Amino acid sequence: MSEPLLKVRDLRMEFPLNATLARRLRRSDLEVLRAVDGVDLEIERGEVLGLVGESGCGKSTLGRCLVGLYEPTAGEIRFDGATLPARRDKATRRRMQMVFQDPYSSLNPRMTVRQTLGELLRVHHVVPRNQVDARCKELLDLVGLGPRSLDAYPRQFSGGQRQRVSIARALALEPDLLVADEPVSALDVSVQATVLNLLDSLRELLGLTILFIAHNMAVVRHVCDRVSVMYLGRIVETARTPDLFADPRHPYTRGLLSAVPRLTPGRASTAVAVIGDPPSPIDIPAGCRFRSRCPIAQEICAEADPRLERHDAQPGHEAACHFADEHSPGPVHHAETRA
Amino acid sequence: MSEPLLEVRDLSVEITLSRGTIHAVDGVSFALEPGAAMGLVGESGCGKSMTLRAILGLLPRPGRITAGQVLFNGKDLVKGGQRGLREVRGGSISMIFQEPMTALNPVMRVGDQIAEGPRYHLGWSRSAARDRALELMRMVGIPDPRRRMRAYPHELSGGLRQRVMIAIALSSEPQLILCDEPTTALDVTIQDQILKLLQALRRDLGVAIVFVTHDLAVIAQTCETLAVMYAGRVVETGRVEQMFREPHHPYTLGLLRSVPDFDVVRDSLEAIPGMPPDLASTFTACRFAPRCQFAQDDCLAGEVNLREIDGGRSVACLHDDACAAAASADPVIARV
Amino acid sequence: MATAAAPIVTEPLVVERHRGFRERWYRTPSFVAGLVIIGTMLTLAVLAPVIAPYDPNHQDLTQLLQGPSSQHWLGTDNLGRDVWSRMLYAARVDLQVAFLAVCFPFIIGTVLGCISGFYGGWADTGVMRFVDVVVAFPFYVLIIALVFVLGPGTRNIYIAITLVGWVSYARILRGEILVAKRQEYVLAARGAGFGDARIVMRHLLPNVITQAIVFAMSDIVLDLLAIVTLGYLGLGIQPPTADWGTMIADGEQFLTTHWQLSTFPGVAVVIVGLGLSLLGDGLADLLRPE
Repeated sequence: MSEPLLKVRDLRMEFPLNATLARRLRRSDLEVLRAVDGVDLEIERGEVLGLVGESGCGKSTLGRCLVGLYEPTAGEIRFDGATLPARRDKATRRRMQMVFQDPYSSLNPRMTVRQTLGELLRVHHVVPRNQVDARCKELLDLVGLGPRSLDAYPRQFSGGQRQRVSIARALALEPDLLVADEPVSALDVSVQATVLNLLDSLRELLGLTILFIAHNMAVVRHVCDRVSVMYLGRIVETARTPDLFADPRHPYTRGLLSAVPRLTPGRASTAVAVIGDPPSPIDIPAGCRFRSRCPIAQEICAEADPRLERHDAQPGHEAACHFADEHSPGPVHHAETRA
Repeated sequence: MSEPLLEVRDLSVEITLSRGTIHAVDGVSFALEPGAAMGLVGESGCGKSMTLRAILGLLPRPGRITAGQVLFNGKDLVKGGQRGLREVRGGSISMIFQEPMTALNPVMRVGDQIAEGPRYHLGWSRSAARDRALELMRMVGIPDPRRRMRAYPHELSGGLRQRVMIAIALSSEPQLILCDEPTTALDVTIQDQILKLLQALRRDLGVAIVFVTHDLAVIAQTCETLAVMYAGRVVETGRVEQMFREPHHPYTLGLLRSVPDFDVVRDSLEAIPGMPPDLASTFTACRFAPRCQFAQDDCLAGEVNLREIDGGRSVACLHDDACAAAASADPVIARV
Repeated sequence: MATAAAPIVTEPLVVERHRGFRERWYRTPSFVAGLVIIGTMLTLAVLAPVIAPYDPNHQDLTQLLQGPSSQHWLGTDNLGRDVWSRMLYAARVDLQVAFLAVCFPFIIGTVLGCISGFYGGWADTGVMRFVDVVVAFPFYVLIIALVFVLGPGTRNIYIAITLVGWVSYARILRGEILVAKRQEYVLAARGAGFGDARIVMRHLLPNVITQAIVFAMSDIVLDLLAIVTLGYLGLGIQPPTADWGTMIADGEQFLTTHWQLSTFPGVAVVIVGLGLSLLGDGLADLLRPE
């Protein structure tokens, strides 16, 4: 098998807190927020990898590290067979683009769609200058917006339409990897479906590789080929989507799954899925980071930090839990499938 | 059937802006029995939050109630004016908001905020109110309440803040709690905790709940009855299970089909095409007709009003049979 | 590139048309009022050589300290000069100096504010410490002291006002940039590989400059008052060139007998100030994107 499009090894992103000059000089009591704390990740060409977790688990930070918006503190990012330098050039940046969560702040309010797209096409010489306009129209067409939208300002669009413009902007540079950071969570339910369907069809049409960051398990299941579950800065479970939903190995994944509200009345369990709040990323527990909320934690969990590894699960299914081999006590999930 | 606790009759809310008058809520009616839980769903801008706010007279500035009654224990809150409202506000009716950070006073300790209700509304002494606050914090599952009492809102996590909000809502022993998207800003695991807390409180205290949300799955878990709102009107009401199993209004069906569900996995989601209408315009046809897959010529003849069908349900659709048939041919929710 | 497949639903473009500056300015009352006042003042100033009935510096010693009459609309001063003519010529000088004096601090403050806000770190610390030093002195005291050191004259007034005035613009721009640079559209621009210069000029500046423009309107008033004050103290525009400040100062000794000598230039300053304030308020409304 060829090398995956993106391969991340032990990526870390730390943000220093209250770094006043005096503290920096002393170095001792420097507080550090470990947003991404040793992430290993691979994305194959043409696949959609889901990245789920609660807010503050570092999934957005990870996405921003990947597209080069943040310089990671440590770790290696290999992209298309080459290790990326800390500071990337324009050509490399172009190959990874991002769709942001908030459709209201992700477009420049003082630029029309034509200006936004045209600037990208011109600066990166994507097409010859005389074809920029035609290309803008094609891009809008691709995301299902008419040519009338070209000279509109962002405020003239609804949330769903803005998200389409955002997607068009990301696609303008013909990226190999699209990082979609919660692209639908700010939208109305009825509009979410249109954007999800759009991403789905674009992926088929353009052969895009997508990292889909989300907190909604049902959305992830609908969109992704594989899923990685993130907790407090680290991936705790990775599997193909059907395997993850049928046979979750990490207690956190099981909790996330049973916390999702069900459309079918009476389907939800009566017990609380995961107790308590996630600990602060400034003060990550020693040993297993999930043990403070884990229903099956034992003594060993406080001593050893479990590695992300395949237990007796399906190939490609890895979990970071000392008890991932034991039969899952949680509700195993059976869903009806409809065309 | 017992006397309803809350009855909203033909409620209309208008917002007057420079570009015209927006009919945010247009003739909404529903009733709620003591201890019952009702959901109010719809897209943003459909008037669900406005309806909820109108019940307590908490409309944002240019908005006002132009018609209708809000009967609480048989007393009309609209006619009662500000004085009548102040009596029930934070007394027999309390409210929980979406964003607990902005709904809590940032410079007041949470213990004092919870104790404020008993002191102000029930005239309790300082120490009695404090004990009550402690008891409430335990009841809503705040760990280490003695220490947390002295905390300021910003020192608490989102989930704990929402628990504090619920404790405040419970402090005056209300008969009804109005919830305005109380879990939308929270993570799934925390949402799950809060929903289960609300269910437990309802079971133990017998308090009635009106639950405004855009998330149908949340409704499925918390409410028995449901009113679906579209463009300022109620388009379908009934019992949640029946409505989800066999929706009679195409909009309800559309909402159900557009969300990816856990128990039923589909290849592609069905979006509702188009956008909701501008509420400043006047309507001469079914408001949903332009987006409706079942629409016929007669839908354009005039506004379609809510009418009762069997099973205690009401629907505002001329072709509800076609919709129900389509829904039962391809059920939205899992067979039990 | 092919068109995407069927499931995409094309939503109609939101009907509400974008109303640009050109279509809205005349619906903003304060902007129109300000425009009329300032426009009139500027026209009078520009046309001073045409409309002024007398040479502003011509002394008619037979007509000292006359009251308003059909010959001299606003009367004459103690040297027999026509007050109306002097007012018109003073408007030329004062308005020109006030408007120009705003330009330099505006540019310098904007550039430094952008650098400080966008890069942060040492650049920010450096610029802001410098701002703190300037702000530590009262505005007028510093200007008067500077002009006193540099010597009177238009050029030195510019220098003094620039040295003191840039700090406000730097502070405004820095604050606005600090907020704007966290917006996702700026992250998107960075993710697209754009250089810092392009991000600042194309994506940040158009979104933050409006605050500075609105402030500039009130700043012109401040500068005008500073110039008038300097003129009053004898540090401003040097005689015999007419200037409202000097006119107020000269008229002061006759205040009990000939009140109009000080009052009319004073009223002119107030009217210009009012006009600029209205213009600033109107601009603030008009330049908001939503």
